[in-house]
Amino acid sequence: MTEETIPRRKFLLGAGIAGTAVATGLSQTEPAAAQTQAPAAAAATPAAQPEPLLALNETEHAFIVAAVDTLIPADELSPSGSDCGIATFIDRQLASAWGGGAKMYRAGPFRKGKPEQGYQLALTPAESVKAGIAAANEWSRKTYGRDFDRLVPEQRVEALRAMEAGKAEFANFSSRAFFARLHTMTMEGFFADPIYGGNRNKASWKMLGYPGLPATYAHLIEEYRDKRYVVEPRSIEDFS
Amino acid sequence: MVTRLKEVDAVTVGLGWTGAIMARELTKAGLHVVALERGPDRVPGEDFILPSVRDELRYASRLELMWDNSIDTLTFRNFPSEQALPVRRIGAFLPGEGVGGSGIHWGALHWRFLPSDFRIRSALTERYGANAIPADMTIHDWPLSYADVEPFYDRFDAICGVSGKAGNLRGQKIDGGNVFEGPRSNEYPNAPIKSSNAGLMFGAAAKELGYHPFPAPVAIASAPYTNAENVALGACEYCGFCNRIACETNAKASPNSTLLPVLRLEPKFELRTRCFVTRLNYDKAAKKVASVTYTDMGTGEEYEQPAGVVLLTSFVFSNVQHLLLAGIGEPYDHATGSGVVGKNYAYQFEAGAAAFFEDKELTPYWGSAGMGMCIDDFNGENFDHGGLGFFGGGYVTCNTAAAPPIAGRTLPHGTPQWGSEWKRATVKWYHHAARFNTQGSVYANRDNYLDLDPTYKDAFGRPLIRLTYNGTENDHKMSRYLLGKLEGVIRAMNPTHYQMEPRPKNFTIVPYQSTHNTGGTIMGADPKTSVVNRYLQAWDAHNLFVEGASVFPQQHGYNPTGTVGALAYWSAQAITTQYLKNPGPLVQG
Repeated sequence: MTEETIPRRKFLLGAGIAGTAVATGLSQTEPAAAQTQAPAAAAATPAAQPEPLLALNETEHAFIVAAVDTLIPADELSPSGSDCGIATFIDRQLASAWGGGAKMYRAGPFRKGKPEQGYQLALTPAESVKAGIAAANEWSRKTYGRDFDRLVPEQRVEALRAMEAGKAEFANFSSRAFFARLHTMTMEGFFADPIYGGNRNKASWKMLGYPGLPATYAHLIEEYRDKRYVVEPRSIEDFS
Repeated sequence: MVTRLKEVDAVTVGLGWTGAIMARELTKAGLHVVALERGPDRVPGEDFILPSVRDELRYASRLELMWDNSIDTLTFRNFPSEQALPVRRIGAFLPGEGVGGSGIHWGALHWRFLPSDFRIRSALTERYGANAIPADMTIHDWPLSYADVEPFYDRFDAICGVSGKAGNLRGQKIDGGNVFEGPRSNEYPNAPIKSSNAGLMFGAAAKELGYHPFPAPVAIASAPYTNAENVALGACEYCGFCNRIACETNAKASPNSTLLPVLRLEPKFELRTRCFVTRLNYDKAAKKVASVTYTDMGTGEEYEQPAGVVLLTSFVFSNVQHLLLAGIGEPYDHATGSGVVGKNYAYQFEAGAAAFFEDKELTPYWGSAGMGMCIDDFNGENFDHGGLGFFGGGYVTCNTAAAPPIAGRTLPHGTPQWGSEWKRATVKWYHHAARFNTQGSVYANRDNYLDLDPTYKDAFGRPLIRLTYNGTENDHKMSRYLLGKLEGVIRAMNPTHYQMEPRPKNFTIVPYQSTHNTGGTIMGADPKTSVVNRYLQAWDAHNLFVEGASVFPQQHGYNPTGTVGALAYWSAQAITTQYLKNPGPLVQG
């Protein structure tokens, strides 16, 4: 069994008979093993359980995990994107009514517009992300010889920078538009209320000093004028 | 098979601010009013509750309360020579859908236009000469004066429990209020809401420079308030969930919180939700709209509803689309400049800035959109435009409030957008970034208009409305001038760092800018150059009253809702005191 045929999730988790042997062999260079967290961040986060996937397949999920961990790396300020649940968030959002194109005008004809005219494709957000991942992996194989999730961290940063700048030449797909969507969803997952699967343990709210949704501030405005109001953040679940 | 229903006294097409005001005023006068609303019902005690309303992703990112573009949308292009393409998901502006319309999720900035705004063409001509107004600037005087509208501004203030500080009370100028405003017959119903820290810093710097700062007027009750309909509104909690979101304390005024509690108990009022009006049935010979046709989206049944008075109370784009589809009024012809329906589309020309104060705690997340200070020294004819090369202006403000974590993180330009360096910058600046805005006018131009799209259709097979719009040279110059003045105030605030954020050359439909779309069914004194008369009555259909910002001849440098509400009360009074006694044109064309 070659590296490219190892099931992604087993590969990532280092589990499974075939996966264990090969992953062990690759552990010196492969990002799956290299993605260990900064100790402080790891200690603050329970070990991520594999989440059942609703919209993404395993290859797509592996891409998203690698991407969100590059956009939101583990450091002294927060755990990694996937440890914050952002890959789970993205999967669930793509499976939601929004991901399926709810409230979008989807009648043709479909014509290429100018940027001022906005998104003009027939694809739903879920279809667009999946097509984007396929195009990104194809480009990654052409450029680096492997799929994006199997690049070393420095290459992942370089690859995402190329997409952000629109310099990664995807076949038939705008790498800049794909990156923009990926970036937006990652930030949504990092900062949204944890009920959607991201922002696990309110990691980003703690990082920002954002209190979430206490009932009222009317009595605090004067007292805390020009002073930091410090409080343990609370989410929708805490009030439910 | 269309089922023809029994005639009712009046029907509203849409139930937002103007629909609710008209329904309330007409039922009070004894009429049986049916409200047809395309969206769902929205009830404060059931839909605007804790903790679920405090969800930035659901409401602000996924736009729960907004227009469903799978049913219909508009097409857009910058220039008449371009191919317009559909707006597949709204972005630049966010009309609401459902009972309450955009009146639920608005920021609740509650302004009046200046007395000179109502006679802008005359005012400019008197001050700068007969040839001063460029030929392509198709502005005209409103067919009524500030004095005509003032009592209705005052009525709407007392419905919404507006918070603010008068600067001109019956002609007496009051320091600390907006000394440029037209005379008010009464002080604001509520004292101003508390200012943000950045707002106070802005106010102090503006005062030092000789300007006239004052707290932003907002339709957000700063204290518990019982409105003119005897409905109790709560006091603002400064929770930070305001724009794009419903208010669970009913401090932010919405039709749902201020008028519907009364209307829902009114036996003469009937609400039909998920009923999409597809057509006004125009009897050209009788100069009347005989009925409206709608589809009940819950059953798929189509109905014809005859009505004595038809109130077109939907958003700007739908108002214009209905008139064009029904053939009421002559469509605007861009090539010749003739015709009126679709003419003088205008918008709000907003631009802003951000400033960073490393030693100041600005608590970005609390408060409401209007929690700050303004100056009005550079709005309308409050300043001399001699030699400036443009007309118009706007108020300048610093609010810095209600900045939620997904969308409210301002970073210095040039900061990476991801990675550890981005995270460090985000943590460094989140509590220390102030935001500023200039609420620029848009003086109508012959090249900006609405018509029917030749290609794209809605779910009912009707042509979409087509928006042709771009920022004009006049408006860009105006905006740069306002930004220059703003920059002066920011520098006086002594920030660590600041950045000006001018408008891009071309208007783009993508990022949010403003839901202050206006025009297309403009009001005027002459049927050759306007769609409705001074009472918002269609020149070509005397039982049709077109409400909302679509009647604005141009857009001035203020948020429109205060004027939208006042005009609805003014129009309702004309219907109940004049039209019902003697149905026919209230003004001879």
